[in-house]
Amino acid sequence: MNSLKLDENQLIENFEAKLAKNEMIEPKDWMPAQYRKHLIRQISQHAHSEIIGMQPEGNWITRAPSMRRKMVLLAKVQDEAGHGLYLYSAAESMGISREEMLEQLHTGEAKYSSIFNYPTLTWADMGAIGWLVDGAAIMNQVMLQRTSYGPYARAMVRICKEESFHQRQGYEIMNVLASGSPEQKEMAQDALNRWWWPSLMMFGPRDEESPNSAQAIKWKIKRETNDQLRQRFVNQTVSQVEKIGLVVPDKAIKWNEAKKGYDFGEINWDEFWTVVKGNGPCNKLRIANKIKSHDEGAWVREAANAHAEKNNKTKAA
Amino acid sequence: MNDSQGILWEVFIQSKPGQPHKHAGSVHAHDNEMALQNARDLYCRRSEGTNLWVVPASEIVASSPEDIGSFFEPSNDKVYRHPTFYNVPEGITHM
Repeated sequence: MNSLKLDENQLIENFEAKLAKNEMIEPKDWMPAQYRKHLIRQISQHAHSEIIGMQPEGNWITRAPSMRRKMVLLAKVQDEAGHGLYLYSAAESMGISREEMLEQLHTGEAKYSSIFNYPTLTWADMGAIGWLVDGAAIMNQVMLQRTSYGPYARAMVRICKEESFHQRQGYEIMNVLASGSPEQKEMAQDALNRWWWPSLMMFGPRDEESPNSAQAIKWKIKRETNDQLRQRFVNQTVSQVEKIGLVVPDKAIKWNEAKKGYDFGEINWDEFWTVVKGNGPCNKLRIANKIKSHDEGAWVREAANAHAEKNNKTKAA
Repeated sequence: MNDSQGILWEVFIQSKPGQPHKHAGSVHAHDNEMALQNARDLYCRRSEGTNLWVVPASEIVASSPEDIGSFFEPSNDKVYRHPTFYNVPEGITHM
């Protein structure tokens, strides 16, 4: 029973046996270095996405059209901050520090979801983001509630519970605009036109272009592929678009009875890679804002630290 | 300049009076009071709890998963600790 005597092969065997039984991997369990690396990357980038994702919506808090909408938007943006913090903690349980992760985000070494590099031009974008962007994120996060790493899975359960209002409030905004004046309806359609394709891109490259996917599925980090999740999102969303009298901005959308799903047009993969590589409309702005807010918050951390030190000294005396 | 994010605290929430505290996740904070407040802000935005515990993560002592066998084994061969170990005559109820 001495773990020191187990060689690498036995450890891998035990690890894979655990996965085969759908048991979760916990922070102190032995895990392959590549599994750890894969998850640190995935969880920290997921955390960064939540934090950067506060910016496009934060942009409209002061201009929300009513007190009700303003309270809702504030609560949603606060939730995103919370989700980022749950995820940073989950990543820390794998042995990376909060400081290291922030450093990676600020230097551009770590990525975050490209969707947040698009600008929010009108109030209708708040509707489109809640409905489509959170909708696509939920599709992915529902799957991740069953991911093989315990702390990540538990963070996902908490996040999914909180997300459910995010999508509804977005759809409500779109519905109200779509049934308003012609100008309001046009604003809603314009937002849908701009957010539809980037939302489909959120699921990542096509399966055959996604080299990490196969390994992630083998390790049960992911349970479904990018293309499967994307297809399910399209299937669920088309009728929501039609219900409020808007039009999916894709001429190729067509029900395919044989596959019991919609066929849809080709994503502009050049645009996808351009934004991933840092050349989207808002990449530089998002990171500049993040660094600025980090630097401007330094005095708070210093003060908190000084206060804690003073208290410790008083106690010791 | 000290740019530390504070230390890591584990958060335990009691959902109702009388219920056990259950691990919810972690927060960063610089001292006890801030840890409690951060835990409240982060884990109790929707009336999830009636009481909170925060414990510096470094203070938690955990058994090691590799020793799961030898550590918990002593209870396996003591079946006489379970009521089903004992024979009771047919027809006896409420025991």
